[in-house]
Amino acid sequence: MFKQLTAVIGMSLQTLPQRIGASSVIVIGIAGVVAVLVSVLAMGVGFRHTLADSGRADRVIILRGGSDAELNSNLTRSDVDTISNAPGLAKDASGKALLSNELVTVVNVPKMDTGTDANVTLRGVGLKLTEVRPELKVFAGRMFRPAVRELIAGVGAAKQFRGLSVGSVLHLRNADWTVTGIFSSNGDVHESELLADVDTVGSSIERSGYSSAVGLLTGAAAFGRFKDALTTDPQLKVDVQREPEYYAAQSKNLTQVINVVGNTVAIIMAIGAMFGALNSMYSAVAARGLEIATLRAIGFGALPVLISVMIEALLLSLLGGVVGASLAWLFFNGHSVSTLGGAFAQVVFQLTVTRALIITGVVWACVIGLLGGLFPALRAARLPVAEALRAA
Amino acid sequence: MKYFPLIWATLWRKKTRTVFTLLSIVIAFLLFGVLETIDHAFSHPSGGVTGADKLVTTNKYSITLSLPFADAQQIRSVPGVAEATWISWFGGYYQEPKNFVFALPVDTDSYFNLHKGEFVVSDEHMQAYRNTRTGALANSALLKKFGWKIGDKIPLHSTIWTRKDDGSLDWTFDIVGSFSAKDPTQAGAQATTLLFHYELFDEGRSFGKGSVGWFEERVNDASQSAAISSRIDALFANSPNETKTQPANDFAMAFIKQLGDIGFVLRAILGAVFFTLLFLTGNTMMQSVRERIPELAVLKTLGFGDGRVLRLVLAESLLLCVIAAIIGLALSYAMLPIIKIALQGVELTPSALIPGIGVAVLLALIVGAAPALRAMRLNIVDALADKR
Repeated sequence: MFKQLTAVIGMSLQTLPQRIGASSVIVIGIAGVVAVLVSVLAMGVGFRHTLADSGRADRVIILRGGSDAELNSNLTRSDVDTISNAPGLAKDASGKALLSNELVTVVNVPKMDTGTDANVTLRGVGLKLTEVRPELKVFAGRMFRPAVRELIAGVGAAKQFRGLSVGSVLHLRNADWTVTGIFSSNGDVHESELLADVDTVGSSIERSGYSSAVGLLTGAAAFGRFKDALTTDPQLKVDVQREPEYYAAQSKNLTQVINVVGNTVAIIMAIGAMFGALNSMYSAVAARGLEIATLRAIGFGALPVLISVMIEALLLSLLGGVVGASLAWLFFNGHSVSTLGGAFAQVVFQLTVTRALIITGVVWACVIGLLGGLFPALRAARLPVAEALRAA
Repeated sequence: MKYFPLIWATLWRKKTRTVFTLLSIVIAFLLFGVLETIDHAFSHPSGGVTGADKLVTTNKYSITLSLPFADAQQIRSVPGVAEATWISWFGGYYQEPKNFVFALPVDTDSYFNLHKGEFVVSDEHMQAYRNTRTGALANSALLKKFGWKIGDKIPLHSTIWTRKDDGSLDWTFDIVGSFSAKDPTQAGAQATTLLFHYELFDEGRSFGKGSVGWFEERVNDASQSAAISSRIDALFANSPNETKTQPANDFAMAFIKQLGDIGFVLRAILGAVFFTLLFLTGNTMMQSVRERIPELAVLKTLGFGDGRVLRLVLAESLLLCVIAAIIGLALSYAMLPIIKIALQGVELTPSALIPGIGVAVLLALIVGAAPALRAMRLNIVDALADKR
């Protein structure tokens, strides 16, 4: 049985080059499906990564109760004072709490490719910024100085929007702001933003309060104590969230939409590719009719013939899957795009083709190949030997 | 046309093959139809405001920054401006964040004057709204969605505005009436709209008093829009709150553009689909011609000219592609209501499907070209002798 099987498979693969046209239909059809599937899902993965990487379990974000997002939230100076005295916050050498009081607004900056205005987050940050967010590194130029109109731009924002190189001047609401540096921040959502001194931003947009406060805890376990202290304070009405939870909630909707769209399009395409595979395998079986009939006549079983057709379909679709996934990886992995995030502002992210996505793509390819190969394989196995021989 | 039976018969020479090829083209055009309507919807938005005679004035530097209410008088004095009104973003939801309500505080007189004839609302409801300080007019679709009835007191949560009296974010409205959009293409865009009194909003909020989110203007002559826009912006140049005035459609468009280049993604997918398909169908056509070489040779022996044979093969390809395209586009047309549910507020126009037929013809010509040429160049003697 095994001997028969290897012999039949060997023969079918040897004759494969003669059927190159029909066979390449399977490879190319499936490559197309997998390339589209993997690229679209890579968008979802990239977006989720960008937002998920923005959090640390021991960092908290405090918003006014019921606000949902920073842009809607409003904290007063006394709120922030109260928060900075809460237990659980990490302290610097001089005993000051590691808390950054932040003010978020959105400014219009033209997009690099289209030149149309896009909403970019301008985030005023407190003096403790670099201790609260140690992952933030200014790699070109220098940090902004407080009390003057200077800002630093995230590396993602600098790539996607115009006029954000070191030394360029941005005109925002009656004042010129100088871009003094470009920063990276572990690929997180802040790389899509502009950062400046919080009080300078506040005076520029005539707001005295803050949007949020971001604090570093002594450890992830201190969260419960910190949250309780704030939520039981009758003077405060705030929501306290760990950063990863906050950013996960912000990314949920868009990731869902991307996944639904990606899967729907891929399913429809997969059905189309399956018809293509069916066609090719039927013609492969027809072309090999004489060969198969001869094999059967000299005593080969129906099962090895069936399996050999299935394996041929599987190998071709596997090849298609690998080609498709490689194309997606080659062209789109690391490709930067931007979209309107959960909070009214642009989020820059990179398409990320992960190993899991490639595996998903190849699995899809194999399923299409198996379904497309099954019926032609059954026909090959049932081929009436005498008739097939006579027809030739 | 007299050759139709012949073309039809050759098309169905191998039933399974034709059916599978047909189905994969149907699928491609189903995708084409769906993606094309979505793309069309995104590139031709019909936001909350329509008409070339509408303008929107926002803060020049950020749509989240407010403008002073007092600007309204100055805007109205600009020659060519027929009406101006002011609105703020309320950020409302009912009970849960997923129950978004597009609640807008509006100035009754100027808002309804500006949108004259765009809403269907009974005089009785309008009168009740004018007489009730805490009254709200809800879109009839919204009433249905949440099971609200006229006379209900509805609490809405604002994600932004705290109330002056108790510091809470919850605002209560009396539903005194309902309205619907006169233009049915606007029904989707307005399905979650609830209008309430600007006075109540401005007096009730704990901060931001005297400021507005944006202004809307109606101009007398749409062709003057650009000039009027720059006249409005000139009023506030060098003030602390510079403005940016643009046609309402551009404003909606700019928002959609920010979602990223949706058109590019959709076209990339369609490109992949059609490339795959071209290959697949082309291969089938080639195969089918190859099998029929003796038959084609017989046709030529009977006196069919080269050109006629070429046209016969092309017609076969055309027939296959166009039938499949019509089925595919019809299926995508049938799917429009489902997409509409998935993409709330997006208006889909079936007319976006028409270019599909053109694409089908193009596809048929590309796919059919090689086999048709082959059939045309066929040498009768060689073909009959089966020397391929």
